[in-house]
Amino acid sequence: MKKRRMYFKMITASLMRRRSRMIVALLSIAIGATVLSGLLTIYYDVPRQLGAQFRNYGANMILTSTEENLSLEDVDQAVSVIKSGDVVGVAPYRYENVRINEIPVVAAGTQMSGAKSTSPYWSVEGEWPAQNGELMVGAKVADKFRLKQGDSIAVSFTPDEKDTNDEVVVDSSIDFKITGILDTGGSEEEYVYMSLDDLEELTGDKGIVNIAELSVSAQSDELIAYADTISNSVSSVSARLVKRVTASETTVLTKLQALVLLVTIVVLALTMICVFTTMAAVVAERRKEIGLRKAIGASDKSIIAEFVGESMLLGLLGGILGTVLGFIFAQQVSVNVFGSSISFRPLLIPITIFASMAVTALSSLLPIRSATDVDPALVLKGE
Amino acid sequence: MSLLELKNVSKIYGELHALDNVSLKVEKGEWVSIMGPSGSGKSTMMNIIGCMDKPTKGEVLLDGVDISKESSKNLTTIRRDKIGLIFQQFHLVNYLTALENVMLAQYYHSIPDEKEAMEALERVGLADRAKHLPSQLSGGEQQRVCVARALINHPEIILADEPTGNLDEANEKVVVDLFHKLHDEGTTLVVVTHDPEVAEVAQRMIVLRSGRLSKEVVNRNFTGKIKLEDNN
Repeated sequence: MKKRRMYFKMITASLMRRRSRMIVALLSIAIGATVLSGLLTIYYDVPRQLGAQFRNYGANMILTSTEENLSLEDVDQAVSVIKSGDVVGVAPYRYENVRINEIPVVAAGTQMSGAKSTSPYWSVEGEWPAQNGELMVGAKVADKFRLKQGDSIAVSFTPDEKDTNDEVVVDSSIDFKITGILDTGGSEEEYVYMSLDDLEELTGDKGIVNIAELSVSAQSDELIAYADTISNSVSSVSARLVKRVTASETTVLTKLQALVLLVTIVVLALTMICVFTTMAAVVAERRKEIGLRKAIGASDKSIIAEFVGESMLLGLLGGILGTVLGFIFAQQVSVNVFGSSISFRPLLIPITIFASMAVTALSSLLPIRSATDVDPALVLKGE
Repeated sequence: MSLLELKNVSKIYGELHALDNVSLKVEKGEWVSIMGPSGSGKSTMMNIIGCMDKPTKGEVLLDGVDISKESSKNLTTIRRDKIGLIFQQFHLVNYLTALENVMLAQYYHSIPDEKEAMEALERVGLADRAKHLPSQLSGGEQQRVCVARALINHPEIILADEPTGNLDEANEKVVVDLFHKLHDEGTTLVVVTHDPEVAEVAQRMIVLRSGRLSKEVVNRNFTGKIKLEDNN
């Protein structure tokens, strides 16, 4: 039998045949590894989770034209710069002055599905317009005109005289059915919302918008890079970040990550103390065995190698167990705090296992070193 | 040259002289027993001969090497290469089988050899108990495993400290018979014991009292193959 085989046989026998003792040590290591793996998973997933949460606070990028108006082609071209997975929603907006009962009101034409994605916080009493001929009215406009869901109203538009060659300017008008009342607490309540097609039909101009709102799932640095790339590559488009959203996101994220990191470091330190105490107890109860090994000719080096080997094997098992339990722990935290599942990061498997093995080996090294100082004669006599 | 020679060896702890100017020679192949009451210095002498302690004064020559001057690291090597230890409490590693306990001594000495370890267990009549853990063996069986472990690296000398102290009469006989067999094969034995019956079967008996060598008796009725005269 080779020496290495005997070495592995001894360290596995020590773990397998002293199961009840080792389970306590293993649990202590596994709990530490679980918390470490769980907190690291959360630490790395917080930006994604928080980014998703911040997407509920509206668009974080605005596209405007460097010329007079934006074309929908410009918007498409700008959006194509962003990784498709990062685009949460795109809502082009065109604003025009229209009239309801001959009183001027601002109408916003947009793609409703995009607006829903970029402004998930909008509260709509009733339904969003689902087809042409349907209108969503801001709460202030509804109050002013005593409008409610289900009412029908005519919206008319008068083109600028300079925009037409006709001597007599003719109003265009469309009858709309009101499907919902928009309540945001902001200036959005002063507008009426219709599909871009309806507004184009009303105005007679096609394919132009004033701005486009984008909701992009990315961190501050990436957003700045996207905005720069769009502004540089699409000459007619200027991309700006909505500072109040991106700055708050960065601030909260930095603080939260720092907090999680701090907790991770504290837990790691506590785990080391816990594992150290456990390993010290494990080594102390085996002083007689160490004395015997020395008596039959073991060098200090080989005793240290055997005990460190046992510790590392324990660390490996504890690390594997901790990785699995840590992911379950992180998943539970994520589901309960953020309401969504966590993404699995394979890199955390070797990190957790390595950390677990290193912590266990380091924690056991000191008590083992002191145990090798035992006088075999005294230990074997039981003194 | 004697295999083991103690020249004016003293071990002093403060005011206490655990060994006081003791001189002793043990020849190769000889079987010597050391007797004496508690506190007479038997264990101290055993620890010094076994390279687990150093004398305060004097020289201890083992196979020509003065072990009283060696470093702790060298003493470990000497103990591993030249000495086989047998303990009163057996001291087996409780999570290793009988066979693995024997192989443990090989592991620290050179290369573990399962076949050779099995043969050692056969010599002590325990081949059928090779895969048993110490907790599954009787006291006598554990002591026989301890003997097999002491023998496995073919040491120059076997030191047994109260080898029958924890055994019943039947097992005591088994172990003494085993010592006879080892002696007949040429193994040098130094046995520390309280038991006169065990001490008297040796070729030579040394009695210690208050750290001094008080009596030396040569066993003229010794029945072993190797007679004391043969060694001189």
